[in-house]
Amino acid sequence: MWFFIARRVLYAVPILLGVSFVVFLLMKMVPGDAADILIPPEAPREVAAMIRARFGLDQPIHIQYLRWLQAMASGDFGTSIFTNQPVADELFGALANTLKLALPAALLGFSLGVLLGALAAHYSGTWLDKLFSAFAITGVSLPHYWVGMVLVAIFAVVLNVLPGQGMGPEGFPSTWEHARHLILPVITLSLIPMGVVSRLVRANVLEIRSMEFISALAAKGLMGRRVLLHILKNAAPSALALMGLQFGYLLGGSILVETVFNWPGSGSLMNLAIFRRDIPVLSATILVLAAIFVAINILIDVLQALIDPRIRR
Amino acid sequence: MSLQDAIAVRPVAEALQRAQAGKSYWSRVRERLLADRITMAVMALLASIIVIVLAAPLIATHDPTVGSVFARLKSPGYQGHWLGTDEVGRDLWSRILYGGRLSLLCGVAPVAFALLAGGSLGLLAGYRGGIINSLIMRSMDVLYAFPSILLAIAICGMLGAGLVNTILALTVTFIPPIVRISETVTAQVRSFEFVEAAQASGAKPLSIIRFHILNNVLGPILVYATSLISISIILAAGLSFLGLGITPPDAEWGLMLNNLRQAIWVNPLVAALPGAMIFITSMCFNLVSDGLRSAMDVRI
Repeated sequence: MWFFIARRVLYAVPILLGVSFVVFLLMKMVPGDAADILIPPEAPREVAAMIRARFGLDQPIHIQYLRWLQAMASGDFGTSIFTNQPVADELFGALANTLKLALPAALLGFSLGVLLGALAAHYSGTWLDKLFSAFAITGVSLPHYWVGMVLVAIFAVVLNVLPGQGMGPEGFPSTWEHARHLILPVITLSLIPMGVVSRLVRANVLEIRSMEFISALAAKGLMGRRVLLHILKNAAPSALALMGLQFGYLLGGSILVETVFNWPGSGSLMNLAIFRRDIPVLSATILVLAAIFVAINILIDVLQALIDPRIRR
Repeated sequence: MSLQDAIAVRPVAEALQRAQAGKSYWSRVRERLLADRITMAVMALLASIIVIVLAAPLIATHDPTVGSVFARLKSPGYQGHWLGTDEVGRDLWSRILYGGRLSLLCGVAPVAFALLAGGSLGLLAGYRGGIINSLIMRSMDVLYAFPSILLAIAICGMLGAGLVNTILALTVTFIPPIVRISETVTAQVRSFEFVEAAQASGAKPLSIIRFHILNNVLGPILVYATSLISISIILAAGLSFLGLGITPPDAEWGLMLNNLRQAIWVNPLVAALPGAMIFITSMCFNLVSDGLRSAMDVRI
């Protein structure tokens, strides 16, 4: 088991290097460079050269990459071109805010998804199955940013019972005031994971139920609930893998929902950075989100291996 | 990255049975599809959406980019604008039509390009194995490390908005999953005896891929690709919604949604329409994909 974990973690190193290379490549493909945004067009050439030198932009490209990589790896994400603040401060604050959304959304989406999927499989062929399956396919077909807008229109504007914008008071979400602000964005964000998970769970349970070992268990005289336990245990690894992916998508893809609800998370930060052409903030955010996604995937692989020893090989 | 990308190709024995029954796999698929009333109905709906959208220049009542300050956010039926007008007084019906062209283009084109590029890369990786396989699959692992829309946002955010960059960004996003599926299926088919027999009889690799592999892997890859179209439509509209995709004044459903965000208070219907169109179209593609999946009997 430890060997499996070590191998999995080691394998993340080349992946992360590759990721950093892709991000750097994209940075360099930006029309103009970081200095162009700072330097007014009428600035004397010497001043422009000085600013370029300060950012290391006068160096050959591979030196720039290595320097940038070294800085990123040591946790120095540079300074924002726009606010002149360290990127790390802004980034980790925003990430915490995104987590406040993503965690409850994942919890809601996954539990509803497993429940609906298992129920649909249990009642397969009946109208309940059709209803739950329709629910699931609607969840994956809805543009969630639009759902967010509609929810805001209904609950914040027409009924005026829930806030439609912002995060409410600062700090750890513990009061009703915090929760009120969470309700609409969390529901919006949980739609896709709910649909995706429920579709997978339904298909998985149906497939496992048709396998011979289940008939054998039943023939052995095992009661329905014990059989269900076996089915769930066999359906768990692939469902877990999907949940890991979906959680990563929630973190990386919350930009749309954050924009709708003006939520000050990593998505809003990225959005802002794009429109300010603040390349250091943008690249650091992308890099950190991808690194988190890689870490989540390792975690999921390890969990899978714990449940299903066959994967360890 | 998951270790369980298990894809089942129909066992050879069953394929033999079908062949003996005198019917090819694809004619059976067609029969099953024709018998599936829901899928046929959805296909008809989808086809009519595509036809209407393509015929936009013929059936649009107004210029989609010309507005009037005197006719802002009017309700349906106002002075010949039978769906009303948007926030700068442009005809909503015409904008929905023209917007649909760009939305569908941004939804379908990336998947088609990714299918071509990713499908061939996956075939190559699965067929050749060895170092070529490692090279291709490990570089895909790197792209996999970006949670889907993040890569598209990164590309559009860095390179700038616009139609070409949107399609490029989404294509790059969809290549890794398609490569992975097509590699897995190809590797499975390659291990069947008929491929070995073809190799032993001296067939060239290209003709083996063409005659023995492609036919057997196309089904699962196509089904998977159609399931990506609905995601692609939602993501493309999402990029435009963020201001990273199609640029104004062109009409695109996601962009219209963005422009109309403030208008939802004044005229909810006008703001709800583009979103409903995205939803209906993506739902249609999802249902068609599900129908194809059960007709082709693939499990992904």
